[in-house]
Amino acid sequence: MAGKVALITGAARGQGRAHAVRLAEEGADIIAIDACAPMATVPYPLADEAELAETAALVEAAGRRVVARRADVRDLDSLTAAVDEGVAALGRLDVVCANAGVNTPAPMVEMTEEVWQEIVDIDLTGVWRTCRAAIPHLIAGGRGGAIILTSSAAGLKAYANIAHYTAAKHGVVGLMKTLAQELAPHRIRVNTVNPTQVDTPMIMNEPMYRLFCPDIENPTREDFAPVSQAMNALPIPWVEPVDVSNAVLFLASDEARYITGVALPVDAGVLVK
Amino acid sequence: MAGRVEGKVAFITGAARGQGRSHAVRLAEEGADIIAVDLCADVETTDYSLATPEDLAETAAMVEKLGRRIVALQADVRDTDSLRSALDRGVAELGRLDIVIANAGILSNGSAHELTEQVWGQMIDINLSGVWRTCKVAIPHLLATGNGGSIILVSSVAGLRSYAGVGHYVAAKHGVVGLMKTLAQELAPHRIRVNTVNPTQVDTPMIQNESMYRLFSPELPNPTKDDFAKASAATILLPVDWVEPIDVSNAVLFLASDESRYITGVALPIDGGALII
Repeated sequence: MAGKVALITGAARGQGRAHAVRLAEEGADIIAIDACAPMATVPYPLADEAELAETAALVEAAGRRVVARRADVRDLDSLTAAVDEGVAALGRLDVVCANAGVNTPAPMVEMTEEVWQEIVDIDLTGVWRTCRAAIPHLIAGGRGGAIILTSSAAGLKAYANIAHYTAAKHGVVGLMKTLAQELAPHRIRVNTVNPTQVDTPMIMNEPMYRLFCPDIENPTREDFAPVSQAMNALPIPWVEPVDVSNAVLFLASDEARYITGVALPVDAGVLVK
Repeated sequence: MAGRVEGKVAFITGAARGQGRSHAVRLAEEGADIIAVDLCADVETTDYSLATPEDLAETAAMVEKLGRRIVALQADVRDTDSLRSALDRGVAELGRLDIVIANAGILSNGSAHELTEQVWGQMIDINLSGVWRTCKVAIPHLLATGNGGSIILVSSVAGLRSYAGVGHYVAAKHGVVGLMKTLAQELAPHRIRVNTVNPTQVDTPMIQNESMYRLFSPELPNPTKDDFAKASAATILLPVDWVEPIDVSNAVLFLASDESRYITGVALPIDGGALII
């Protein structure tokens, strides 16, 4: 990845931070973007500016340059401005990780329009906006490129009580395939990663514990672990952010120079369980 | 810096040339010792020559040049006993087994209803049952080593979609994907991962031969490599004629390494977008 520049949304913590650090370790400079703000329907705390600053510090500690900016994937103008600023500062763009995402447990019959809209707006349309802002820079660079969209195992199979998330993540797989077709002539590759549960604040929160453990009054991380593990084929409760980052790194690197249009599960065998 | 599969031992079938040799060299570069087997003889139903003992010796020399150990033996994936005795010798010498790459395969062609029993049977016996036999003899060693493991079965884009003129190959390679998923289920409790790689056309003797040139350009009387390049490129989304063995090897390396420690049950295309064209 030496000398390449990677754009990462949702980079303040969780998987996005892990991608930033892993790509920086392998020589990439990073444009790190995060909304750093709560969302109306999301029942767990989202990242803040201090966490984005910590991601930037970690990239710099790896000896790479970083441009960290607040921008919301729901707002194409602010996202485009942040991406433009990052590319201007770092000189090029090679890799895009559309990672920003949220999830809320919501049985379909209780789901409000607002809950549906916010998840789809962030997890699907936000991915499209990220690509919309970034692709002109990839094409202008004339060196090809790699786009990695963060979908989910829920982009390939159904999960009850997260219909909005499942629909959005399936949509990301569809968007990936169309982008792969449209961008192949430019040697820009487009793939998704499709993780099972990852140990991040998006799943390590009380509303999620309740979704997975409906029979327990005040479920904890410890209660959640065996329920989560029962969904995986491998004997582990969840994967770590670095496991997704290693898959992202592979897809971003020239080792995957002819891999495009692929949904790559990092799912401990959920799909074959 | 330690290699990405440092200290591990990998068993590779069809290792005398082509993708198998490339996998052996790439894994050796990253610190693995190799147990390499190949039939090193022709079979009745292919129109092109298969690898020779000299090819296998060359693979061995390339691995040794990288400072890694290799046990290279002739064995037939159609014969469980020959496969088992070769692998047992390799494991006895190298001390363990961590990675299995079931790569040996052939290609022939003909309309499905015109294939002879022999052409159909040999294809299934090598490209599907040979993969099963490779797993059958190797899995006890993985379990005995007790350190989990990674099995990579070489399927094909033809394991995920059909191509006219190679119905037996398509059936065998689809079967490999099915076998992979069942093995992934059965072996997950032992932390043994099982995945396939699914390449498009790879620049090896299996596709670079007159018989394949004719299959891809039936309208030309004497199609050349250049004609094949154009016809092949038309099946791939990215602007390339085919992929190189190293591209498959890099995917195999990723799946063999701990970087993919939680990836199992996955069919990974290395296909330049052939599946979504």
